[in-house]
Amino acid sequence: MPVPAHHPVDILRFNTCGSVDDGKSTLIGRLLYDSKNLMEDQIEALERSADITGGGQINLANLTDGLRAEREQGITIDVAYRYFATPKRKFIVADTPGHVQYTRNMVTGASISNLSVVLVDARQGVIEQSRRHTCIASLLRIPHLAIAVNKMDLVDWSEERFIEIRDQFEEFLPRLDMKDVKFIPLSALTGDNVVEPSSKTPWFTGPTLLGHLESVHIGSDWNLNGFRLPVQWVNRPNNPTDPRLHDFRGFSGQIAGGIVKAGQKVMVLPSGLISRVKEIWTYDGPVPEAFCPQSITLLLEDDIDVSRGDMIIGPDNLPGQSTELHAKVCWMHQRPLQRGRKYFLKHTTQTVQAVVTEIEDRINVSTFEPEPDAPELALNDIGEIRLKTAKPLIFDGYAINRLTGSFILIEQGTHATVAAGMLFPPTEAVKPEYTDFSI
Amino acid sequence: MNSYHLDHLQYLETDAIHVMREVAAEFERPAILFSGGKDSICLLRLAEKAFRPSDIPMPLLNIETGHEFPELIGFRDRRAKELGAKLIVRTVEDVLARGLATAAPGEVSRNRLQIPALLGAIEEFRFDCCVGGARRDEEKARAKERFFSFRDSFGQWDPKNQRPEIWNLYNARLNAGENMRVFPLSNWTEVDVWEYVRKEKLEVPGIYFSHERECFRRGGQWLPIPPPHAGAGQPDPYAGARPKPAEKHAKLVVRVRTIADMISTGMIESRADSVDDIIAEIAAARVTERGTRADDKSSEAAMEDRKKAGYF
Repeated sequence: MPVPAHHPVDILRFNTCGSVDDGKSTLIGRLLYDSKNLMEDQIEALERSADITGGGQINLANLTDGLRAEREQGITIDVAYRYFATPKRKFIVADTPGHVQYTRNMVTGASISNLSVVLVDARQGVIEQSRRHTCIASLLRIPHLAIAVNKMDLVDWSEERFIEIRDQFEEFLPRLDMKDVKFIPLSALTGDNVVEPSSKTPWFTGPTLLGHLESVHIGSDWNLNGFRLPVQWVNRPNNPTDPRLHDFRGFSGQIAGGIVKAGQKVMVLPSGLISRVKEIWTYDGPVPEAFCPQSITLLLEDDIDVSRGDMIIGPDNLPGQSTELHAKVCWMHQRPLQRGRKYFLKHTTQTVQAVVTEIEDRINVSTFEPEPDAPELALNDIGEIRLKTAKPLIFDGYAINRLTGSFILIEQGTHATVAAGMLFPPTEAVKPEYTDFSI
Repeated sequence: MNSYHLDHLQYLETDAIHVMREVAAEFERPAILFSGGKDSICLLRLAEKAFRPSDIPMPLLNIETGHEFPELIGFRDRRAKELGAKLIVRTVEDVLARGLATAAPGEVSRNRLQIPALLGAIEEFRFDCCVGGARRDEEKARAKERFFSFRDSFGQWDPKNQRPEIWNLYNARLNAGENMRVFPLSNWTEVDVWEYVRKEKLEVPGIYFSHERECFRRGGQWLPIPPPHAGAGQPDPYAGARPKPAEKHAKLVVRVRTIADMISTGMIESRADSVDDIIAEIAAARVTERGTRADDKSSEAAMEDRKKAGYF
């Protein structure tokens, strides 16, 4: 048996979204099946359920619809994650639900995707759900979008129909600030243009869906400008037997932006204290530099007070610092968002109390137009709000940095997660009191 | 591709370390579920990476069914000692003896009975969080689980009403009696785990590698023959799990791909006796890992039902 050499491959995270019967689960089933990522017992289980409920027809959707209620109702309730690999890449797939009441799960599935696949039924064209999903993908700033025009077999592989649907999207895409959008005509049911190129679309010169997923460039999806380390955990060994560890005080966390180098100047916010990096400690030994999204432990030259929730930053591309926040939110709970209500707000590694001071507007996802004077935001609504926090946040605009520009709101009492928030850029950057805080 | 780039194992690792540290920071009394199996071995390395040079700031917990492979128990104890970690062991036997749960008539597997044993340990030590090595690629119900999986005061999972999990912002807040299960390896696949074992040079129990073993055929699988019944006059703990005369016996060269206990672990015929061989074998495998788990075969929704009741 040949031993596969360990060749480092990267991971592409994508999610699939579309309306109820657009065939998302079938598409993922098809990707797994045709790229030979399905195992015999999975195929066996498929055949077993086909005999019982499907009248003998294998239903690829049964691969991802894992919960009993989903199989009974033939719909996807919650995000299902799937994993597959080709020689070029590993893939993490979030199959996100189409039902409007599960839009919050689409946000869950898509928030850290590199790419979103939006499915449309070629017979139906763009419907409200297609607009909503594209809108959420744009709101979450998913770098790449693939529009899979599915069920092309049911419209006789008509190029005209494909162009019609593309035009329907092109009508509103310019308003959504999506940089990379690909349209692919396919049939999840027959497999055409999913993994193998179709002979039925001679008029289409683009890649298959898998070909696109394998080749789309994701190298620049992380932010490498402006060092940010949200302090997650203070590492202080208790009664160490090694005398060298008596004074060990490390600040552990996952780098949320930029690059840090041993010896460089850093500032701790919100205190504004300045020090230098003595060592970048890792379990595998010290490293000269580290970058986003590595998890590291920083040792500083000076003995300064740092705790969880603080942010250690570098001297360039300074973040904002404020108790007054302006954000877009996606509301995810039956109890609506109301002005004047208090929530817990979790941002990077700190949780603070926050009050909603203003609901500025609510976005109409059919027209993408903001509707001012919304009295509240209901489940699945998207809108702009203003918040005031009990402690200042150290943050960036979400467009600049997904990790330092995002937050969640947690309802007090039930502790339900009720909103995903994306911050607008700070009106001004932190002003270091010490003029020597520069490179 | 620039040099500021993580390959897939580094990417999975940094996310898992982040989750481990969130657990240490957000919970008062967390524990790590450690069975000695390959996934929990990776968890412990990730804990080392997250917390060293400090001690791992949470104890290890294992629920024994009483049917464990002896090799696994020995490995578990030794590894805990090497790490200087506190190991807590609770048993199904004890739960049965104290009358906190009863086996169903003819119920041989202790799989279901691990649930009351686990919930009992959570209550005894007032654990607010248990970190486990479950992966989403194992099974369909697991594929829907969050990294931070909320359990109500009965330990139940409500799959229709999970907290949205967005970016890497984990909502760890609980009310009294509620509990969290956290799965840092959620996004890892079976191959990722073995590639990590290779990269980190992690020791794993010998039963993962091919060896000769007396097996018998049941339910389309080769099951290991349990150890001989020792305590004369005592009820046989393996009653029902011993081969019946009609069942085929064989001495085979086998290994385990996934470990439950001796009753529910199917052995696979394999000559893989190194981590490299195992990786090559999985890459070429035609059945999934849990295809060798008798406990998952009972029905399409077997795992979903157990998870709803408070299973790992």
